[in-house]
Amino acid sequence: MAEVLSSYIPIVIFIAICLVIGLALMVAPFALAFKAPDAEKLSAYECGFNAFDDARMKFDIRFYLVAILFIIFDLEVAFLFPWAASFGDIGWFGFWSMMVFLGVLTIGFIYEWKKEHSNGSEPGQNSGRTGAERRDRPDNEQTCRR
Amino acid sequence: MDSFLSTYLWPALIMIGQSLLLLVLLLIGIAFILLADRKIWAAVQMRRGPNVVGPFGLLQSFADLLKFVLKEPIIPASADKVVFLLAPLISVTLALATWAVIPVADGWVIANINIGILYIFAISSLEVYGVIMGGWASNSKYAFLGSLRSAAQMVSYEVSIGLVIVTVLLTVGSLNLSDIVFAQQTGLGTMLGLPNSFLDWNWLALFPMFIVFFISALAETNRPPFDLPEAESELVAGFMVEYGSTPYMMFMLGEYAAIVLMCALTTTLFLGGWLPIIDVAVLNWIPGVIWFLIKVCLCFFMFAMVKAFVPRYRYDQLMRLGWKVFLPLSLAMVVIVAFVVKLTGWVG
Repeated sequence: MAEVLSSYIPIVIFIAICLVIGLALMVAPFALAFKAPDAEKLSAYECGFNAFDDARMKFDIRFYLVAILFIIFDLEVAFLFPWAASFGDIGWFGFWSMMVFLGVLTIGFIYEWKKEHSNGSEPGQNSGRTGAERRDRPDNEQTCRR
Repeated sequence: MDSFLSTYLWPALIMIGQSLLLLVLLLIGIAFILLADRKIWAAVQMRRGPNVVGPFGLLQSFADLLKFVLKEPIIPASADKVVFLLAPLISVTLALATWAVIPVADGWVIANINIGILYIFAISSLEVYGVIMGGWASNSKYAFLGSLRSAAQMVSYEVSIGLVIVTVLLTVGSLNLSDIVFAQQTGLGTMLGLPNSFLDWNWLALFPMFIVFFISALAETNRPPFDLPEAESELVAGFMVEYGSTPYMMFMLGEYAAIVLMCALTTTLFLGGWLPIIDVAVLNWIPGVIWFLIKVCLCFFMFAMVKAFVPRYRYDQLMRLGWKVFLPLSLAMVVIVAFVVKLTGWVG
């Protein structure tokens, strides 16, 4: 156990050095550069008029759906890693049990795909449609507040 | 006291020395890679690119660094200040941290852990936090929308990258990156009775996956033609719009460190790492690290050429490509590769 852990010490040291380099870069201009802030300079970026309103606004729920889809598939990939690494030792039983799992997952994926088509949207598809069209959709309550 | 010195202090000092050496060389390498990117882009458009600072503009990136450090750092009044400054720090630290497990030559690796590829996968998944935090903390509409799009894009392609890695692991049977390179010493070429050569590497045996990995790597690192987060004409600079001075530079540094990492990962997984093109005496005299560098530069050249040639995708096309083309394709390939490996008993 100690041997396994000791192989991670270089990583800890490495990350610490990366952090130090990052911090040094971050602090440098605060120490060196000339500063003359004013209200205009410190306001949020906007083009043509003064910035108004808070930027923590409603956003499209499809971004949230993409995140959920990502969690499902990323976990599945993390599940596949040890299976792939020990693939030579687990025989046909190991092969078929993973195929059953992937089959179930594929059915879910197909369901998701069809569902999206019947809703007329795709994961994260939001710029193909104009704002006006989106407002006309009856389900525009489907947005979530931060 | 002596035993303390020999068992703890010296190994620690050696580790620190190795880490510093790798990081310094990496950062200098990134400076020149950045210049190469601009030069290649310029050459394709029949421009000269940066050519004033130093011979052929070779010192341009260092001049840029100096300028960034002397620029006024701005933290917007409405921003969440701690998170605002934490975001670039996270993004650059994580992008550099992945390099700890990349083997640049036989045995030349900072931490030769047995789950190297899982470590890379985990850290590169965390990189999306830099983007989300930067966009949210800026409290600007452009930054917020940019970070949402950027995060959605990064996670979409993460999945297909993961599945591609699984297909490689199936043919290798180990999560250690050095083992993955060693496994590529034999392969398709040697099966046909040829000597050990570039035909043994995974790029040929897993050709569709090589292409999927390359394109996903472009999308994952927000490179053109998938640079939607930056999309100059739409979201000004996406999640980075409120940043200036070195915090901005750190985002760019993190991005380029991630790009070079993706090149190194392509090299390790598909192009045989430090192995020479053909296993003959003359080529074997060239040290492995040189081969590794050549292959990484070749990958980066492809990255740069894609940037110069290919027009930008629309956002819905980008998501469709990730979820409806690459994901089913790579999932199917996992099944096919597993079946073939099981039938032929071919591992490594």
